[in-house]
Amino acid sequence: MLRDSNQIVLKNIYKNFGNVKALKDVSMTTDSGKINCILGDNGAGKSTLVNIISGVFLSDKGEYRINNKTVEFLNPHEAISAGISTVYQSLAIIPIMNIYRNFFLGNEPLNNKYFKIIDKDFAIETTIKELKKFDINIENPKRLAGTLSGGERQLLAIARALYFGAKILILDEPTSALGVKESNKVVEQIILLKEQNINVILVSHNIDQAFMLGDKFFIIKNGEMVGHLDKFETSAKSLRTILEK
Amino acid sequence: MISGEFDLSIGSLIGFSSMSLTLLTVETNLTMPVASLITLIMVLIIGYYNGITVVKSGLPSFIITLGSLFMIRGFTIAISKIITGRTQIGGIEESKGFNIMSSVFSNHLTIAGTNFPISIFWWMLFGVLGYFLLKHTQFGNWIFATGASQESAKLMGIPVQKVKISLFMLTAFCSWFIAVTQVTTFGGADVLRGEQKEFIAIIAVVIGGTLLTGGYGSIIGAMIGALIFGIVKQGIIFAGVDADWFQVFMGVMLVSAVLVNGAFRKKYAQG
Repeated sequence: MLRDSNQIVLKNIYKNFGNVKALKDVSMTTDSGKINCILGDNGAGKSTLVNIISGVFLSDKGEYRINNKTVEFLNPHEAISAGISTVYQSLAIIPIMNIYRNFFLGNEPLNNKYFKIIDKDFAIETTIKELKKFDINIENPKRLAGTLSGGERQLLAIARALYFGAKILILDEPTSALGVKESNKVVEQIILLKEQNINVILVSHNIDQAFMLGDKFFIIKNGEMVGHLDKFETSAKSLRTILEK
Repeated sequence: MISGEFDLSIGSLIGFSSMSLTLLTVETNLTMPVASLITLIMVLIIGYYNGITVVKSGLPSFIITLGSLFMIRGFTIAISKIITGRTQIGGIEESKGFNIMSSVFSNHLTIAGTNFPISIFWWMLFGVLGYFLLKHTQFGNWIFATGASQESAKLMGIPVQKVKISLFMLTAFCSWFIAVTQVTTFGGADVLRGEQKEFIAIIAVVIGGTLLTGGYGSIIGAMIGALIFGIVKQGIIFAGVDADWFQVFMGVMLVSAVLVNGAFRKKYAQG
Protein backbone atom coordinates (compact mmCIF):
# COMPACT_ATOMS: atom_id res chain seq x y z
CA MET A 1 0.00 0.00 0.00
CA LEU A 2 1.33 3.36 -0.94
CA ARG A 3 1.00 5.88 1.83
CA ASP A 4 1.48 9.62 1.64
CA SER A 5 4.65 10.88 3.10
CA ASN A 6 4.42 13.98 5.21
CA GLN A 7 7.89 15.30 5.21
CA ILE A 8 8.84 18.59 6.80
CA VAL A 9 11.97 20.36 5.64
CA LEU A 10 13.33 23.45 7.34
CA LYS A 11 16.28 25.13 5.64
CA ASN A 12 18.48 27.84 7.16
CA ILE A 13 15.83 29.23 9.47
CA TYR A 14 16.56 32.46 11.36
CA LYS A 15 14.36 34.09 13.96
CA ASN A 16 15.09 37.16 16.08
CA PHE A 17 13.06 38.72 18.84
CA GLY A 18 14.40 42.25 19.04
CA ASN A 19 18.10 41.81 19.79
CA VAL A 20 17.74 38.21 20.88
CA LYS A 21 18.75 35.73 18.24
CA ALA A 22 16.39 32.85 19.04
CA LEU A 23 17.28 30.71 16.03
CA LYS A 24 20.41 30.89 13.89
CA ASP A 25 20.68 28.96 10.66
CA VAL A 26 18.60 25.99 11.76
CA SER A 27 17.92 23.20 9.27
CA MET A 28 16.12 19.93 9.82
CA THR A 29 14.17 17.25 8.00
CA THR A 30 11.54 15.06 9.64
CA ASP A 31 9.76 12.15 7.99
CA SER A 32 6.46 10.40 8.50
CA GLY A 33 6.43 7.12 10.34
CA LYS A 34 9.29 8.39 12.45
CA ILE A 35 9.62 9.90 15.87
CA ASN A 36 11.74 12.99 15.53
CA CYS A 37 13.06 14.37 18.81
CA ILE A 38 14.02 17.97 19.38
CA LEU A 39 16.30 18.08 22.40
CA GLY A 40 17.64 21.08 24.23
CA ASP A 41 17.71 22.94 27.48
CA ASN A 42 15.14 25.49 28.51
CA GLY A 43 15.60 28.61 26.44
CA ALA A 44 17.65 26.86 23.76
CA GLY A 45 15.10 27.67 21.08
CA LYS A 46 12.97 24.51 21.07
CA SER A 47 9.71 26.38 21.53
CA THR A 48 10.60 28.95 18.90
CA LEU A 49 11.28 26.16 16.43
CA VAL A 50 8.02 24.42 17.30
CA ASN A 51 6.11 27.68 17.03
CA ILE A 52 7.46 28.25 13.53
CA ILE A 53 6.44 24.75 12.45
CA SER A 54 2.97 25.10 13.96
CA GLY A 55 2.29 28.51 12.47
CA VAL A 56 2.36 30.62 15.63
CA PHE A 57 4.88 32.88 13.92
CA LEU A 58 6.86 33.14 10.72
CA SER A 59 10.60 32.80 10.47
CA ASP A 60 12.63 35.90 9.57
CA LYS A 61 14.66 34.07 6.98
CA GLY A 62 14.80 30.57 5.60
CA GLU A 63 12.64 28.03 3.89
CA TYR A 64 9.84 25.83 5.25
CA ARG A 65 8.63 23.02 3.01
CA ILE A 66 6.07 20.29 3.43
CA ASN A 67 6.24 17.50 0.85
CA ASN A 68 8.51 19.68 -1.25
CA LYS A 69 6.09 22.57 -1.35
CA THR A 70 7.06 25.84 0.26
CA VAL A 71 4.54 26.87 2.89
CA GLU A 72 3.94 30.03 4.85
CA PHE A 73 1.48 29.72 7.73
CA LEU A 74 0.12 33.00 9.01
CA ASN A 75 -1.62 31.41 12.02
CA PRO A 76 -1.95 28.03 13.74
CA HIS A 77 -5.26 27.49 11.96
CA GLU A 78 -3.65 27.36 8.57
CA ALA A 79 -1.14 24.86 9.92
CA ILE A 80 -3.89 22.69 11.39
CA SER A 81 -5.72 22.67 8.05
CA ALA A 82 -2.47 21.50 6.45
CA GLY A 83 -2.43 18.60 8.92
CA ILE A 84 -0.01 19.95 11.51
CA SER A 85 -1.32 19.71 15.05
CA THR A 86 0.41 20.62 18.26
CA VAL A 87 -0.36 19.07 21.62
CA TYR A 88 0.87 21.65 24.09
CA GLN A 89 1.79 20.98 27.68
CA SER A 90 -1.40 22.69 28.75
CA LEU A 91 -3.20 20.19 26.46
CA ALA A 92 -6.16 22.48 25.81
CA ILE A 93 -8.30 20.06 27.79
CA ILE A 94 -10.82 21.60 30.15
CA PRO A 95 -11.09 19.67 33.44
CA ILE A 96 -14.53 20.97 34.37
CA MET A 97 -16.01 20.02 31.00
CA ASN A 98 -17.05 16.48 30.15
CA ILE A 99 -14.92 14.17 28.06
CA TYR A 100 -16.86 14.12 24.80
CA ARG A 101 -17.26 17.88 24.80
CA ASN A 102 -13.53 18.19 25.25
CA PHE A 103 -12.95 15.81 22.38
CA PHE A 104 -15.00 17.95 20.02
CA LEU A 105 -14.07 21.31 21.54
CA GLY A 106 -14.21 23.95 18.82
CA ASN A 107 -15.14 21.30 16.21
CA GLU A 108 -18.58 20.33 17.45
CA PRO A 109 -20.49 17.94 15.17
CA LEU A 110 -23.81 19.51 14.24
CA ASN A 111 -27.02 17.80 13.27
CA ASN A 112 -28.78 21.01 12.45
CA LYS A 113 -26.81 23.59 10.49
CA TYR A 114 -29.32 26.36 11.04
CA PHE A 115 -29.62 26.22 14.83
CA LYS A 116 -26.13 24.74 15.28
CA ILE A 117 -27.34 21.91 17.47
CA ILE A 118 -24.68 19.50 18.66
CA ASP A 119 -25.08 15.90 17.58
CA LYS A 120 -24.50 14.38 21.01
CA ASP A 121 -25.02 10.73 20.10
CA PHE A 122 -22.45 10.95 17.36
CA ALA A 123 -20.06 12.86 19.62
CA ILE A 124 -20.36 10.33 22.44
CA GLU A 125 -20.00 7.31 20.17
CA THR A 126 -17.02 8.74 18.35
CA THR A 127 -15.30 9.68 21.59
CA ILE A 128 -15.63 6.16 22.96
CA LYS A 129 -14.41 4.66 19.68
CA GLU A 130 -11.45 6.99 19.23
CA LEU A 131 -10.28 6.63 22.83
CA LYS A 132 -10.45 2.87 22.57
CA LYS A 133 -7.81 3.07 19.85
CA PHE A 134 -5.53 4.46 22.53
CA ASP A 135 -6.42 1.75 24.99
CA ILE A 136 -8.61 3.99 27.11
CA ASN A 137 -11.96 2.47 27.91
CA ILE A 138 -14.48 5.07 28.88
CA GLU A 139 -17.94 3.82 29.66
CA ASN A 140 -19.34 7.22 30.33
CA PRO A 141 -17.92 10.08 28.25
CA LYS A 142 -20.21 12.45 30.16
CA ARG A 143 -17.76 12.28 33.02
CA LEU A 144 -15.73 15.44 33.57
CA ALA A 145 -12.32 15.35 31.92
CA GLY A 146 -10.87 16.26 35.33
CA THR A 147 -11.61 12.72 36.46
CA LEU A 148 -9.19 11.29 33.88
CA SER A 149 -5.62 10.53 34.89
CA GLY A 150 -2.83 12.72 33.55
CA GLY A 151 -1.80 10.13 30.98
CA GLU A 152 -5.35 9.64 29.81
CA ARG A 153 -5.71 13.37 29.34
CA GLN A 154 -2.54 13.46 27.27
CA LEU A 155 -3.84 10.63 25.11
CA LEU A 156 -7.21 12.32 24.78
CA ALA A 157 -5.45 15.37 23.36
CA ILE A 158 -3.47 13.18 20.94
CA ALA A 159 -6.54 11.17 19.89
CA ARG A 160 -8.38 14.41 19.23
CA ALA A 161 -5.59 15.82 17.05
CA LEU A 162 -5.45 12.63 14.97
CA TYR A 163 -9.21 12.40 14.60
CA PHE A 164 -9.26 15.89 13.16
CA GLY A 165 -6.74 14.98 10.50
CA ALA A 166 -3.30 15.54 11.98
CA LYS A 167 -0.58 13.95 9.85
CA ILE A 168 2.24 15.80 11.52
CA LEU A 169 1.97 15.79 15.29
CA ILE A 170 4.05 17.98 17.55
CA LEU A 171 4.18 16.78 21.15
CA ASP A 172 5.51 19.31 23.61
CA GLU A 173 7.01 17.53 26.65
CA PRO A 174 4.23 14.92 26.67
CA THR A 175 5.36 13.10 29.81
CA SER A 176 7.02 15.84 31.84
CA ALA A 177 4.08 16.20 34.23
CA LEU A 178 3.39 12.48 34.59
CA GLY A 179 4.44 9.74 36.99
CA VAL A 180 6.34 6.67 35.79
CA LYS A 181 3.31 4.47 35.22
CA GLU A 182 1.26 7.11 33.42
CA SER A 183 4.30 8.10 31.47
CA ASN A 184 4.81 4.54 30.19
CA LYS A 185 1.22 4.36 29.02
CA VAL A 186 1.69 7.48 26.93
CA VAL A 187 5.05 6.34 25.59
CA GLU A 188 3.58 3.04 24.41
CA GLN A 189 0.92 4.84 22.44
CA ILE A 190 3.35 7.35 20.94
CA ILE A 191 5.39 4.46 19.54
CA LEU A 192 2.24 3.04 17.95
CA LEU A 193 1.72 6.33 16.08
CA LYS A 194 4.55 5.29 13.78
CA GLU A 195 2.40 2.51 12.38
CA GLN A 196 -0.16 5.10 11.37
CA ASN A 197 2.55 6.83 9.38
CA ILE A 198 2.37 9.97 11.50
CA ASN A 199 5.29 12.36 11.45
CA VAL A 200 5.83 12.78 15.18
CA ILE A 201 7.90 15.68 16.42
CA LEU A 202 8.69 15.18 20.07
CA VAL A 203 10.04 18.06 22.12
CA SER A 204 11.77 16.91 25.25
CA HIS A 205 14.56 17.45 27.69
CA ASN A 206 14.33 13.92 29.05
CA ILE A 207 17.21 12.40 27.08
CA ASP A 208 16.83 8.79 28.23
CA GLN A 209 13.19 8.65 27.32
CA ALA A 210 13.72 10.47 24.03
CA PHE A 211 16.48 8.05 23.08
CA MET A 212 14.27 5.07 23.84
CA LEU A 213 11.42 6.52 21.73
CA GLY A 214 13.08 8.41 18.95
CA ASP A 215 14.40 7.61 15.50
CA LYS A 216 16.06 10.93 14.80
CA PHE A 217 17.53 13.48 17.17
CA PHE A 218 17.97 17.20 16.70
CA ILE A 219 19.94 18.95 19.40
CA ILE A 220 19.52 22.67 19.83
CA LYS A 221 21.82 24.88 21.87
CA ASN A 222 21.63 28.67 22.08
CA GLY A 223 19.50 28.80 18.98
CA GLU A 224 21.81 26.67 16.86
CA MET A 225 21.46 23.11 15.67
CA VAL A 226 24.52 21.48 17.21
CA GLY A 227 23.70 17.88 16.48
CA HIS A 228 21.63 15.96 14.00
CA LEU A 229 21.78 12.20 14.51
CA ASP A 230 20.01 8.99 13.61
CA LYS A 231 19.38 6.42 16.26
CA PHE A 232 21.85 3.84 14.91
CA GLU A 233 24.75 6.26 15.03
CA THR A 234 24.35 7.44 18.61
CA SER A 235 23.54 6.53 22.20
CA ALA A 236 21.83 8.27 25.10
CA LYS A 237 25.26 8.90 26.50
CA SER A 238 26.62 10.62 23.45
CA LEU A 239 23.44 12.68 23.10
CA ARG A 240 23.98 13.87 26.63
CA THR A 241 27.61 14.67 25.90
CA ILE A 242 26.65 16.85 22.94
CA LEU A 243 23.94 18.57 24.94
CA GLU A 244 26.14 19.29 27.93
CA LYS A 245 29.28 20.20 26.04
CA MET B 1 -21.12 34.49 34.21
CA ILE B 2 -20.50 31.01 32.83
CA SER B 3 -18.26 32.62 30.25
CA GLY B 4 -16.25 34.08 33.11
CA GLU B 5 -17.50 37.65 32.96
CA PHE B 6 -19.87 39.83 34.97
CA ASP B 7 -22.27 42.42 33.76
CA LEU B 8 -22.94 44.87 36.57
CA SER B 9 -24.61 47.36 34.28
CA ILE B 10 -27.89 45.45 33.85
CA GLY B 11 -29.68 47.33 36.64
CA SER B 12 -28.76 50.68 35.16
CA LEU B 13 -29.68 49.44 31.72
CA ILE B 14 -33.16 48.59 33.02
CA GLY B 15 -33.52 52.16 34.28
CA PHE B 16 -32.11 53.54 31.05
CA SER B 17 -34.37 51.41 28.84
CA SER B 18 -37.54 52.18 30.75
CA MET B 19 -36.78 55.90 30.74
CA SER B 20 -35.79 55.98 27.09
CA LEU B 21 -38.87 54.03 26.10
CA THR B 22 -41.21 56.26 28.08
CA LEU B 23 -39.57 59.52 27.02
CA LEU B 24 -39.60 58.56 23.37
CA THR B 25 -43.26 57.65 23.60
CA VAL B 26 -44.55 60.51 25.76
CA GLU B 27 -42.33 63.39 24.65
CA THR B 28 -42.02 62.67 20.95
CA ASN B 29 -45.02 61.29 19.21
CA LEU B 30 -43.68 57.83 18.49
CA THR B 31 -45.82 54.77 18.95
CA MET B 32 -44.69 52.53 21.72
CA PRO B 33 -43.47 49.59 19.59
CA VAL B 34 -41.30 51.95 17.56
CA ALA B 35 -39.95 53.58 20.71
CA SER B 36 -39.07 50.24 22.22
CA LEU B 37 -37.32 49.18 19.04
CA ILE B 38 -35.18 52.34 19.06
CA THR B 39 -34.43 51.73 22.72
CA LEU B 40 -33.46 48.16 22.00
CA ILE B 41 -30.95 49.30 19.39
CA MET B 42 -29.39 51.78 21.82
CA VAL B 43 -29.21 49.15 24.53
CA LEU B 44 -27.56 46.64 22.21
CA ILE B 45 -24.96 49.26 21.28
CA ILE B 46 -24.22 49.77 24.99
CA GLY B 47 -23.92 46.00 25.41
CA TYR B 48 -21.53 45.90 22.46
CA TYR B 49 -19.50 48.69 24.02
CA ASN B 50 -19.28 46.76 27.31
CA GLY B 51 -18.15 43.66 25.50
CA ILE B 52 -15.61 45.26 23.21
CA THR B 53 -14.10 47.25 26.10
CA VAL B 54 -13.71 44.13 28.21
CA VAL B 55 -12.14 41.96 25.48
CA LYS B 56 -9.88 44.66 24.05
CA SER B 57 -8.62 46.00 27.38
CA GLY B 58 -8.30 42.61 29.03
CA LEU B 59 -9.42 44.22 32.29
CA PRO B 60 -11.88 42.48 34.60
CA SER B 61 -15.44 42.96 33.41
CA PHE B 62 -16.31 43.62 37.04
CA ILE B 63 -14.55 47.00 36.80
CA ILE B 64 -15.57 47.89 33.25
CA THR B 65 -19.26 47.26 33.86
CA LEU B 66 -19.11 48.91 37.30
CA GLY B 67 -18.10 51.99 35.33
CA SER B 68 -21.00 51.45 32.95
CA LEU B 69 -23.33 51.04 35.93
CA PHE B 70 -22.58 54.58 37.12
CA MET B 71 -22.30 56.15 33.69
CA ILE B 72 -25.63 54.81 32.50
CA ARG B 73 -27.47 55.55 35.75
CA GLY B 74 -26.07 59.09 35.93
CA PHE B 75 -26.78 59.73 32.27
CA THR B 76 -30.36 58.50 32.63
CA ILE B 77 -31.06 60.75 35.62
CA ALA B 78 -29.41 63.80 34.03
CA ILE B 79 -31.18 63.47 30.70
CA SER B 80 -34.62 62.93 32.20
CA LYS B 81 -34.13 65.98 34.42
CA ILE B 82 -33.07 68.10 31.45
CA ILE B 83 -36.02 67.02 29.33
CA THR B 84 -38.84 66.79 31.86
CA GLY B 85 -37.45 68.20 35.09
CA ARG B 86 -38.52 65.00 36.85
CA THR B 87 -37.14 61.55 37.52
CA GLN B 88 -40.44 59.75 37.21
CA ILE B 89 -42.67 59.82 34.20
CA GLY B 90 -46.11 58.32 33.82
CA GLY B 91 -48.99 58.62 31.42
CA ILE B 92 -47.77 56.17 28.88
CA GLU B 93 -51.12 54.34 28.94
CA GLU B 94 -52.69 56.85 26.56
CA SER B 95 -50.01 56.53 23.90
CA LYS B 96 -50.39 54.70 20.65
CA GLY B 97 -49.49 51.06 20.75
CA PHE B 98 -49.62 50.73 24.52
CA ASN B 99 -52.40 48.16 24.42
CA ILE B 100 -50.54 45.84 22.06
CA MET B 101 -47.36 46.12 24.09
CA SER B 102 -49.11 45.60 27.37
CA SER B 103 -50.99 42.55 26.14
CA VAL B 104 -47.70 40.95 25.15
CA PHE B 105 -45.56 41.96 28.10
CA SER B 106 -47.78 42.51 31.13
CA ASN B 107 -51.02 40.67 30.54
CA HIS B 108 -52.56 38.24 32.99
CA LEU B 109 -53.58 34.76 32.05
CA THR B 110 -56.21 32.85 33.96
CA ILE B 111 -55.53 29.17 34.28
CA ALA B 112 -57.81 26.99 36.38
CA GLY B 113 -59.29 30.00 38.06
CA THR B 114 -55.99 31.46 39.15
CA ASN B 115 -54.54 34.64 37.72
CA PHE B 116 -50.96 34.41 36.48
CA PRO B 117 -48.95 37.37 35.25
CA ILE B 118 -47.69 36.67 31.74
CA SER B 119 -44.15 37.47 32.86
CA ILE B 120 -44.04 34.06 34.53
CA PHE B 121 -44.45 32.46 31.11
CA TRP B 122 -41.82 34.72 29.62
CA TRP B 123 -39.54 33.68 32.46
CA MET B 124 -40.09 30.02 31.72
CA LEU B 125 -39.73 30.54 27.98
CA PHE B 126 -36.39 32.30 28.43
CA GLY B 127 -35.38 29.55 30.83
CA VAL B 128 -36.11 26.85 28.27
CA LEU B 129 -34.40 28.81 25.48
CA GLY B 130 -31.37 29.46 27.65
CA TYR B 131 -31.18 25.84 28.70
CA PHE B 132 -31.34 24.72 25.10
CA LEU B 133 -28.73 27.24 23.99
CA LEU B 134 -26.28 26.24 26.70
CA LYS B 135 -26.69 22.51 26.65
CA HIS B 136 -27.45 21.66 23.07
CA THR B 137 -25.84 24.18 20.75
CA GLN B 138 -22.35 24.84 19.57
CA PHE B 139 -22.51 28.37 20.93
CA GLY B 140 -23.41 27.02 24.36
CA ASN B 141 -20.37 24.77 24.30
CA TRP B 142 -18.22 27.75 23.38
CA ILE B 143 -19.61 29.71 26.33
CA PHE B 144 -18.57 26.98 28.77
CA ALA B 145 -15.17 26.61 27.14
CA THR B 146 -14.53 30.35 27.17
CA GLY B 147 -15.33 30.56 30.85
CA ALA B 148 -13.41 27.47 31.91
CA SER B 149 -10.20 28.21 30.09
CA GLN B 150 -9.86 31.06 27.67
CA GLU B 151 -6.44 29.84 26.57
CA SER B 152 -7.62 26.31 25.79
CA ALA B 153 -10.66 27.68 23.99
CA LYS B 154 -8.44 29.88 21.83
CA LEU B 155 -6.09 26.99 21.05
CA MET B 156 -9.06 25.00 19.80
CA GLY B 157 -10.09 27.83 17.52
CA ILE B 158 -13.08 29.17 19.44
CA PRO B 159 -13.71 32.89 18.78
CA VAL B 160 -13.53 33.82 22.45
CA GLN B 161 -13.93 37.56 21.90
CA LYS B 162 -17.02 37.18 19.75
CA VAL B 163 -18.58 34.88 22.34
CA LYS B 164 -18.04 37.42 25.10
CA ILE B 165 -19.26 40.40 23.12
CA SER B 166 -22.46 38.63 22.10
CA LEU B 167 -23.11 37.66 25.72
CA PHE B 168 -22.79 41.27 26.86
CA MET B 169 -25.29 42.15 24.15
CA LEU B 170 -27.54 39.35 25.38
CA THR B 171 -27.56 40.65 28.97
CA ALA B 172 -28.30 44.10 27.57
CA PHE B 173 -31.21 42.64 25.64
CA CYS B 174 -32.54 41.01 28.81
CA SER B 175 -32.39 44.33 30.65
CA TRP B 176 -34.38 45.88 27.85
CA PHE B 177 -36.94 43.10 28.09
CA ILE B 178 -37.40 43.60 31.84
CA ALA B 179 -37.72 47.34 31.28
CA VAL B 180 -40.50 46.85 28.75
CA THR B 181 -42.45 44.58 31.10
CA GLN B 182 -42.04 47.08 33.90
CA VAL B 183 -43.10 50.08 31.84
CA THR B 184 -46.20 48.28 30.57
CA THR B 185 -47.03 47.03 34.07
CA PHE B 186 -46.58 50.32 35.92
CA GLY B 187 -47.56 52.62 33.06
CA GLY B 188 -44.46 54.72 33.40
CA ALA B 189 -40.79 54.88 34.21
CA ASP B 190 -38.53 55.81 37.07
CA VAL B 191 -34.82 56.51 36.66
CA LEU B 192 -34.10 54.29 39.65
CA ARG B 193 -35.77 51.22 38.13
CA GLY B 194 -33.61 48.15 38.30
CA GLU B 195 -31.36 49.42 41.07
CA GLN B 196 -29.43 46.56 42.66
CA LYS B 197 -30.86 44.13 40.14
CA GLU B 198 -27.27 43.31 39.12
CA PHE B 199 -26.56 42.00 42.62
CA ILE B 200 -29.77 40.01 42.77
CA ALA B 201 -28.85 38.45 39.44
CA ILE B 202 -25.41 37.45 40.70
CA ILE B 203 -26.85 36.02 43.92
CA ALA B 204 -29.41 33.95 42.02
CA VAL B 205 -26.80 32.62 39.62
CA VAL B 206 -24.27 31.77 42.34
CA ILE B 207 -26.84 30.10 44.58
CA GLY B 208 -27.79 28.15 41.47
CA GLY B 209 -24.33 26.60 41.38
CA THR B 210 -22.51 28.65 38.75
CA LEU B 211 -18.80 29.06 39.38
CA LEU B 212 -17.66 32.66 39.92
CA THR B 213 -14.57 31.79 37.92
CA GLY B 214 -16.71 30.66 34.97
CA GLY B 215 -16.93 27.43 33.02
CA TYR B 216 -19.62 25.70 34.99
CA GLY B 217 -23.24 26.45 35.73
CA SER B 218 -26.77 26.03 34.49
CA ILE B 219 -29.90 27.93 33.67
CA ILE B 220 -32.06 25.62 35.76
CA GLY B 221 -29.78 26.29 38.72
CA ALA B 222 -30.02 30.04 38.23
CA MET B 223 -33.83 29.78 37.96
CA ILE B 224 -33.96 27.85 41.21
CA GLY B 225 -31.65 30.45 42.72
CA ALA B 226 -34.03 33.18 41.63
CA LEU B 227 -36.98 31.24 43.06
CA ILE B 228 -35.22 30.81 46.40
CA PHE B 229 -34.51 34.52 46.42
CA GLY B 230 -38.13 35.40 45.67
CA ILE B 231 -39.68 32.87 48.02
CA VAL B 232 -37.48 33.88 50.94
CA LYS B 233 -38.10 37.56 50.26
CA GLN B 234 -41.88 37.10 50.38
CA GLY B 235 -41.91 34.30 52.91
CA ILE B 236 -39.91 36.09 55.54
CA ILE B 237 -42.62 38.73 55.79
CA PHE B 238 -45.40 36.13 56.03
CA ALA B 239 -43.39 34.26 58.62
CA GLY B 240 -43.55 37.36 60.77
CA VAL B 241 -39.80 37.82 60.85
CA ASP B 242 -38.43 41.33 60.47
CA ALA B 243 -37.61 41.79 56.78
CA ASP B 244 -34.17 43.13 57.66
CA TRP B 245 -33.10 39.57 58.30
CA PHE B 246 -33.69 38.82 54.66
CA GLN B 247 -30.48 40.59 53.68
CA VAL B 248 -28.52 38.71 56.33
CA PHE B 249 -29.90 35.44 55.04
CA MET B 250 -29.08 36.29 51.43
CA GLY B 251 -25.53 37.25 52.35
CA VAL B 252 -24.99 33.98 54.20
CA MET B 253 -26.46 32.00 51.30
CA LEU B 254 -24.21 33.77 48.82
CA VAL B 255 -21.00 33.14 50.74
CA SER B 256 -21.82 29.50 51.46
CA ALA B 257 -22.72 28.91 47.82
CA VAL B 258 -19.43 30.41 46.65
CA LEU B 259 -17.50 28.24 49.12
CA VAL B 260 -19.24 25.05 48.03
CA ASN B 261 -18.82 25.88 44.33
CA GLY B 262 -15.16 26.70 44.86
CA ALA B 263 -14.53 23.38 46.63
CA PHE B 264 -16.09 21.61 43.67
CA ARG B 265 -13.84 23.40 41.22
CA LYS B 266 -10.73 22.62 43.24
CA LYS B 267 -11.60 18.96 43.27
CA TYR B 268 -11.78 18.65 39.50
CA ALA B 269 -9.52 21.38 38.20
CA GLN B 270 -6.42 19.64 39.55
CA GLY B 271 -7.89 16.15 39.62
